Amino acid sequence: MSNITNALLDLKQLELLADGNTAIHRLHPLARTLVTFLFITMVVSFNRYELIALFPFFLFPIVMTTRSNLPCLFILKKVALFLPFVLLVGIFNPLFDRTPLLQFGSLTVSGGWISLFSIIIRSTLTVAAAMILIGTTGFSATCQALRNIGVPQIFTTQLLLLYRYLCVLAEEAGRASLARELRSCGTKGQGISSYASLIGGLLLRTWGRAERIHGAMLARGFNGEFPQGSNAGFGRADIGYCLVWSALFILFRLQNIPLLLGNLVTGLFA
Amino acid sequence: MHMADAIISPAVGGTLWAISAGTIAWCSKKVRPRLDDKIIPLMGVLGAFIFAAQMINFTIPATGSSGHLGGGLLLSILLGPQAAFLVIASVLTVQALFFADGGLLALGCNIFNLGFFPAFIAYPLIYKTIVGYSPSQVKRTMAAIAAAVAGLQIGAFAVVLETVASGISALPFSTFALLMQPIHLAIGVVEGLVTAAVIAFVYQARPEIFRTSLPGTPTPPYSVRGLAVAFLAATILTGGVGSWFASQQPDGLEWSIEKITGTAEVAASQDAIHTMLVTLQGQLAFLPGYSFKQGAPVQTDATRPAMGEKNSATKEQGNKLATSLSGLVGGILTLAIAAFIGFALRRRGTTA
Amino acid sequence: MSHHMVEVKNLRHSYPDGTLAIQDISFRITHGESIAIIGANGAGKSTLLQHLNGALTPTAGSITIGDFPLTRDTLPAIRRTVGMVFQNPDDQLFMPTVYDDVAFGPLNLGLRGEALELAVMHSLAAVGAETLRHKPPYNLSGGEKKRVAIATVLAMSPDILVMDEPTSGLDPYARRQLMQLLGNFQHTKIFTSHDLDMVLELCPRVIVLHAGTVVADGNTRQIFADRNLLSSCRLEQPLSMQGCRFCQNTPY
Repeated sequence: MSNITNALLDLKQLELLADGNTAIHRLHPLARTLVTFLFITMVVSFNRYELIALFPFFLFPIVMTTRSNLPCLFILKKVALFLPFVLLVGIFNPLFDRTPLLQFGSLTVSGGWISLFSIIIRSTLTVAAAMILIGTTGFSATCQALRNIGVPQIFTTQLLLLYRYLCVLAEEAGRASLARELRSCGTKGQGISSYASLIGGLLLRTWGRAERIHGAMLARGFNGEFPQGSNAGFGRADIGYCLVWSALFILFRLQNIPLLLGNLVTGLFA
Repeated sequence: MHMADAIISPAVGGTLWAISAGTIAWCSKKVRPRLDDKIIPLMGVLGAFIFAAQMINFTIPATGSSGHLGGGLLLSILLGPQAAFLVIASVLTVQALFFADGGLLALGCNIFNLGFFPAFIAYPLIYKTIVGYSPSQVKRTMAAIAAAVAGLQIGAFAVVLETVASGISALPFSTFALLMQPIHLAIGVVEGLVTAAVIAFVYQARPEIFRTSLPGTPTPPYSVRGLAVAFLAATILTGGVGSWFASQQPDGLEWSIEKITGTAEVAASQDAIHTMLVTLQGQLAFLPGYSFKQGAPVQTDATRPAMGEKNSATKEQGNKLATSLSGLVGGILTLAIAAFIGFALRRRGTTA
Repeated sequence: MSHHMVEVKNLRHSYPDGTLAIQDISFRITHGESIAIIGANGAGKSTLLQHLNGALTPTAGSITIGDFPLTRDTLPAIRRTVGMVFQNPDDQLFMPTVYDDVAFGPLNLGLRGEALELAVMHSLAAVGAETLRHKPPYNLSGGEKKRVAIATVLAMSPDILVMDEPTSGLDPYARRQLMQLLGNFQHTKIFTSHDLDMVLELCPRVIVLHAGTVVADGNTRQIFADRNLLSSCRLEQPLSMQGCRFCQNTPY
């Protein structure tokens, strides 16, 4: 039950964050979405053994977090939450890949460990990017951006309605689940049959709610199509944002900046 | 079963995104509400319902572990394939965006793995076939179990294929499959039982929910049915018999390790050149999976003066160490610079 | 003058499973009246209300709103005239923000740009909710949701306002606020409510339902003075009319 309340709190916090008014928030949601997708694509396009070359990409989440006033801890918490799932697959890499790849004196590091760390870095970067995107873009703004790029209206409407009623239903489910828990005296009675009737009841009430919402829609003139608001276009700031970050990502992808830097520095001392 | 961005490649992610997006577009065209049709609010709240239902757990009797409803099959039964697919896609989208449950690039894969198979294969070809025109509770339960198992087996198999094709994880195909299939067989049975129980509950209270014929769900012709049964059999065969077969092999795991990585006693220097050049090749390749072919060494990139020196075998031991050190120093420097830039650019005071 | 008149004649409604919800109801409401329909749970209040904007179709009898008899063809026009506010505002606020919800009706009516903005802000101002325009519905309190739900209906400029249990679930302050708001509306107002004290304050006329029929229809004070009538319909007098048990004074 507590994970429902936590989930709801997270949702509300994200929505509050997205309500901010920094320069990042004022960018067109499509610009932010495109840059995020490019970021993620570049990060995952690396070879599995790349580790150091991924580091420059940290610039993006760091700059975005500080410029848009997003709380670092919140993002890091989400990254940490997601890590176990990635590790579930990644942990096999050191097991299966024993090819020695690096050597520090007598210490040999196998490819498996390198790729495991690479996976962890990728996960951190991609989850952070996704969180930053949603933390600076409200959900309805995201759906509007999706409409702009041609996503079918019925799907964006579906996303909006789902999001709208998520909290309502999660609270209802939470109350029902709590009621069951309080009368379960431990884990007895939480088997499949009580679950099925709990869920079945929730489903019936949900169906009834849908009928009432439909009535409300019809009462306000609904005729099958959801009416559209106005669409804002791309501004100079949006274009600049896209170009600068795209150029940086491509640069980071093609050049191993850390290695160059490192050689520069060690060359000074050689 | 939600895949992460960290273990897929752009090629796999992009392809599955294209397939999922195309399917969403097709389904959107098919779901055309009539004025008195409440499909739009129904899809919305049922999506929220599935979301909420997934947050409640039940304990599985014998094992004591907990599980929750997936919902793909249930949605398909309530809404029909096209609407159900849209709902599943929307739930996964919100999960990926807000709860970091599955990556953004991997969203295409997740929508396909978790949505396509229950909605377009398990439900129409298996559930409806078994239930037929005279449904009874027994038939519905059996149909739900069969459909859920099939849907999850194929979905799990797709996850294996996509992960291996991406080349980031080092899990070999056979091992991964051996892990995924049996687990999802069990999950499928439980999902089928729970789905059937919920359907029974709802049917008792409001049977008219199931009586309305849903748009776009024609009964498949006989030949497709035969194909579906064969498909189902093949799926269960892969999952069940495959694991039995593997267990006959005493050292299955070591056997796979040896096959993939070669013998452990390979001369370090020989391997080092190969891996170094392979790393180089990988940096330039867009499809990193292909870079693991142990072919002829490639030309070094002219823009990498550091690497260019490393071709001679005599220097390569010392150079390997130098590269590692440079890499380390450069990596630390890069992170420091990034952090500094972030600090310098931070906003002073509160937002306007 | 027939405009904005609501006329219900021999209304009868039975549900698909055979339950008779409304046996025989007739009444006439004229322009500007403020009426409450009261009765026990299951007396048929909500069912009756749902007929007034065509959400339900009568099994027998007729309904006329203004100059239009309620038929399938006149539904769009009638839905514009009769604004219905539900008991549970969550069922009515289905858009992502307050602004979007209030704009939904006018958008469907064809308003765009300036006109749309004006309609939305006017409605929000009428319920005192201008500051809430960008908020998502789940962040609103019960009272705020109720007011916004009313705004969503007001934005379509209805002549008749129908509200199902307007004060249910509100704290005393929000309730008082809402009652002041409703008291200022010039529309024809039809409420259902268990809050008989609100009915006493806002509605000069009351219709009492019991088991799907009209048991009384007339002046609120007179009907509320009849304790026997009220208790036979599973009702009680409003609290403000019941005696003060501490000092034994009975005002009525």
